[in-house]
Amino acid sequence: MTSFAQGLAQGAPQPGFGDAVFDSQASFRALLDALARPGEIRAMTLPLTAPAPLSPAATALALTLFDHDTPVWLDAGAVVGEVPGFLAFHCGCPVVDETERAAFALISAPAAMPPLHGFAVGEDRYPETSTTLVIDVQALAGGTPVRLSGPGIADVAVVAPVGLPGAFWEQMRANRGLFPLGVDVVLAAGGQVLGLPRTVRSEV
Amino acid sequence: MSAAEKTRPGDPAYNFGYLDEQTKRMIRRGLLKAVAIPGYQVPFASREMPLPYGWGTGGIQVTASIIGPHDRLKVIDQGADDTTNAVSIRRFFQRVTAVETTEETAQATLIQTRHRIPERDLTDDQILVYQVPIPEPLRQLEPRESECRKIHAWQEYGVMHVGLYEDIARWGHIARTYDYPVMVNERYLSAPSPIPKFDNPKMTRMAALQLFGAGREKRLYAIPPHTDVRSLDFEDHPFEVQHWDEVCGLCGAAESFLDEVILDDRGGHMYVCSDSDFCRHRREQGHRGAMAGHEAVRGLTEQAS
Repeated sequence: MTSFAQGLAQGAPQPGFGDAVFDSQASFRALLDALARPGEIRAMTLPLTAPAPLSPAATALALTLFDHDTPVWLDAGAVVGEVPGFLAFHCGCPVVDETERAAFALISAPAAMPPLHGFAVGEDRYPETSTTLVIDVQALAGGTPVRLSGPGIADVAVVAPVGLPGAFWEQMRANRGLFPLGVDVVLAAGGQVLGLPRTVRSEV
Repeated sequence: MSAAEKTRPGDPAYNFGYLDEQTKRMIRRGLLKAVAIPGYQVPFASREMPLPYGWGTGGIQVTASIIGPHDRLKVIDQGADDTTNAVSIRRFFQRVTAVETTEETAQATLIQTRHRIPERDLTDDQILVYQVPIPEPLRQLEPRESECRKIHAWQEYGVMHVGLYEDIARWGHIARTYDYPVMVNERYLSAPSPIPKFDNPKMTRMAALQLFGAGREKRLYAIPPHTDVRSLDFEDHPFEVQHWDEVCGLCGAAESFLDEVILDDRGGHMYVCSDSDFCRHRREQGHRGAMAGHEAVRGLTEQAS
């Protein structure tokens, strides 16, 4: 666990939202819409100075949802540098080492990310106690097309994010097999997000 | 006071939307999980609101957590914009957010409802927030929360079918007319809130996002857009909605949900659309029912101010 003092020892954190009330509201609506309509890309509230290496969208998500009630897991790229101090100052969230204890996971380098099943998938009576992964990818479009279907999608949605590890979609299919358990994923790039809740069925 | 605070909309004595930011975050996290698990009831730390449980505190907390200054809010109670619960909730949000409000279903970005779904089809850019008194569809059959949780976890929904079958054995048909249980995404049995079963078919594959808040029971749940919602039934007793022999006395509509209105103490009565916005639109388009313009219905058609 990273203490508040350790976080601040990295130097003064970047400023957060210009207006905590309205920027977090607008960001939340973008996220809600992104998760309710998998495959549709939504813009988060910006401008925002993101702590390296996080994207502005992942930073806006953290400022919108993280607080003392949400243990957060940071990958190797995010756990060093500005991010822990930024989160300690703005969110006050505990940073945890164990993936399965995390309410949220911030992943800055998806190529080296742990498998999805390494995170909390919830319990059968409380499936909401699973990790939400926030994965910074190179781009949300332009990669290999993947067809999505499921709740929130009228017929079929096609997404083509760039920068996910090779086994990602296979792991997403295994994750779908756990339903109603499973992790939920938010892909972020620049100021935009794309939601992949546990309900999505994917086909490469 | 900073420049931003001076221009903040709403009563300056309250945060925007009444709730504090930590509460909004907690509800927002719950809503995201609710959307990811369609029909599953997510527990949340429901707050004391400035009106009693039973007056829509769950729906109000959901609306307060998602509403922004650019939203246009519509509030209905039994389909109407001018009923007590709708008026008081609309005034509450006018005070704490100063957002624009509307009675026009098509103009609203956010619709909070008690007991009805508007007749007009909702669209992709709208959110429907339901006020829910009892979110647990199994509550009348199994009072223990711990048992209900297991039933949902393991999808052991036989008891619900037995409950419906007992209706058939006793009355010859499924006697529930409101809060008629639905299966969401073929996984979770859910309560549609006490909407008439007439509205159940509107829930399936609705373009709008549907959010549910139960304040006293401290539960949130959601139905994402374009999600299958099936009303429970039996092959030999298929699900059916209500039908009326009459039409709306004001606009002549035969396809909407009708309320009976008592006109005098000599048995005089009429039927009118429960959805007041739908009825007004039809009257504006020139549709007239048998009672249109009649002295006895003046109070029903005049705009409440």
